[in-house]
Amino acid sequence: MKRSLLPTIAHRLAILCYIVFALFPLFWLLKVSVTPNDLLYTEGVRMWPSRTTFEHYSFVIQHSAFPTFFKNSLIVSASTAVVVTICASLSGYALSRFNFRAKYWIVALMLLTQMFPLVMLVAPIFKILTPLHLTNSLTGLVVVYTAFNVPFATFLMQSFFDGIPKDLEEAAMIDGATQFTAFRQIILPLTLPGIAATLGFVFTAAWSELLFALMLINGNDAATFPVGLLTFVSKFSVDFGQMMAAGVLALIPAGLFFLLIQRYLVQGLTAGAVKG
Amino acid sequence: MTMTADTLGRRQDRRPWLKRVADACEPYLYSAPSLILIIAVMLVPLVIGVSYAFRDIQLLNPFSGGFVGLEHFRALSKDAAFYGALKNTLWWTGASVLLQFVFGLILALLLDKPFWGRGVVQALVFLPWAVPSFLAGLNWAWLFNPVIGPIPHWLFALGLMSEPANILSDPHHAMWGPIIANVWWGIPFFAITLLAALQAIPRDLYEAASIDGAGWFQRFRSITLPFLAPTIAITVLLRTVWVSNFADLIVVMTGGGPADRTQIVASYIFTQAFKRLDFGYASAIALVLLVLLLAYSMLIILLRQTLLNKD
Repeated sequence: MKRSLLPTIAHRLAILCYIVFALFPLFWLLKVSVTPNDLLYTEGVRMWPSRTTFEHYSFVIQHSAFPTFFKNSLIVSASTAVVVTICASLSGYALSRFNFRAKYWIVALMLLTQMFPLVMLVAPIFKILTPLHLTNSLTGLVVVYTAFNVPFATFLMQSFFDGIPKDLEEAAMIDGATQFTAFRQIILPLTLPGIAATLGFVFTAAWSELLFALMLINGNDAATFPVGLLTFVSKFSVDFGQMMAAGVLALIPAGLFFLLIQRYLVQGLTAGAVKG
Repeated sequence: MTMTADTLGRRQDRRPWLKRVADACEPYLYSAPSLILIIAVMLVPLVIGVSYAFRDIQLLNPFSGGFVGLEHFRALSKDAAFYGALKNTLWWTGASVLLQFVFGLILALLLDKPFWGRGVVQALVFLPWAVPSFLAGLNWAWLFNPVIGPIPHWLFALGLMSEPANILSDPHHAMWGPIIANVWWGIPFFAITLLAALQAIPRDLYEAASIDGAGWFQRFRSITLPFLAPTIAITVLLRTVWVSNFADLIVVMTGGGPADRTQIVASYIFTQAFKRLDFGYASAIALVLLVLLLAYSMLIILLRQTLLNKD
C-alpha cells in the first residue's frame, strides 16, 4: 500500500492543477463582480475583496439594457433549440431507420456544412435577409441559428435513435400502426433523454453565437447578450464591476444547461466531432 | 424494418403502387425540414458568396455590384495583411490544437483511473466548455488586463515582465493571449473524446501486460497509444479545421490588433465584411480559405482511408 502512495499524491495534485486552471477565470469574474468600486484598484490582486457588494448586479438589472439582451438571448436560444430539435428528430430518425438512395448525399451535405468556414456566409446571409426584413430581428437570428445547428443535432439524434431496438416499432407496425405513429408514440418518448440533451447542446450553441449576431443586429432592441456585452465593453470600458456582473449573469443559463447535458457530453461531442 | 421493407418490396410486392410511392417518399419527408433549412440558409448563401468573390459588392456604395472578374484575387495576391493573416492562422491553429491535445490527453489519462469524487471533478474540469466563447474571450482579456487582472502582476513578480503590462497590446506576444484562452476553452473537448476512447480499451489487456512485467510507460506505448491512434488522428485533424475558422476569441480579445499581429484569416474576413462592409473582397478571401480547407479535408479523408484499410 505504501508503495502506491506517491503516484496517488501526484495524481491528485495534477487533478487539482486542472481544477484550478479551469475554474480560476470564472472565480475571478465572480470576484470582480462583487468588489466595490473603491476597492477595485487598491486591492487589485487580492484573492477576495475585504468587503463585498451586490451593487453591480442591482445596477445591471435595474438601470441597463441587459435585461432586454438577456430576454432576447433567451427567446432566440430557446426557439432555436425547440425548432432544431423537432427538425433533427425527424431527420435523425430518417438516417437511423431508413435505407434510401439519397441518404449518402444527405450525410455528405451535412458533413460539408460542418467543415466550411461559417464566416463565409456572413456577407451573403446579410444580403439575403435585408430585403426580407429579417436583419435586426430575432426571427432572422432564429432561422440562421436553426440551420447552422441542424446538421450536428441530426447526427446527435441519430446516435440516440440507433440505441433503441427496432423491434419496438416493428411490433407496433404489425399491430397496424403507421411508421410515423410508431415513431411519435413509441420511439420519441423513449428518446426523451436524447431530446433533452439535444435541446441543451443547441441552446448553449445559440446562446454563445457572436459573429452573426454582431453582423445582423444593430441597435439595442434586438441585441442578444453577446452583442450587448460587447458593445457595452467597447463603449464604456471602464466599469469592470458591472461588466463582470453581466458576464456572470450570461454564464448562468449556459451553466444550467451544462449541468443538464453533462451526462451526454461524450455522445454529443462524438456525434458532432467537428463542432466545439 | 428497412431491411424487411426492402426485401418485401423486391420479392413479392403486393402493395398498391400509391402505397409504394408513399413508402419510398417517407424518409424524404422526415428529412425535408432539415434539408430545406440547410439548403436555404447555408448552401444557397455559399453559392452566392462564391459569386460575390467575382463581383464588386460594397454595402454602402449603391453603384457597386458589377462583375470584376479576378480583380479581388489580384488585389489579394498583393495584400500583405492577408499573408500576415495566413501566417498567423498557421501559428494560431498549430499552437492551439497542439496544446489542447496534449493537455486534453493528460486530463483524459488522469480521469481514466477511478477515484473518489471523479464525477464532480469531471463536471468541474469540463465546465469551461460550457462558457460562451465571447465570455471566455472577455474573461481572459480581463485577466490579462493589468488594471483588474492578476496575470500581468504575477508575470511581473516572476520577473518575466519589466512592468505589469497587457500582453494583448504587445505586438510580439499578443497572439499568446487568444491561444491561452482557446486552450483553456478547448481542453474539455479533447479530454472528453479521448476519455471515451480510453474507456473502450479492454481492461484485461492492461492486466495481462502487468503480469508480463510491463511498466507504466511500456503499457502506455504498446496498448494505449495504438488503441487511441485513430481517435487522435481524426479529432486532431477535424479540430484543426474548426480552430482555424474560429474567430470569436480573436474578435473579442484583440480585434486582430495590435498592428494585425493577431489577425487570422477568419477574423480578417469578418473585419472586411463587418467593419469595411466590403462584401466582395471578404468573399474572395473566404473562397481562398475554403479552397485551402477543402485541400486539407481531402488530406483527412485520404488519411482516414489508409488508417481504416490498415486495420
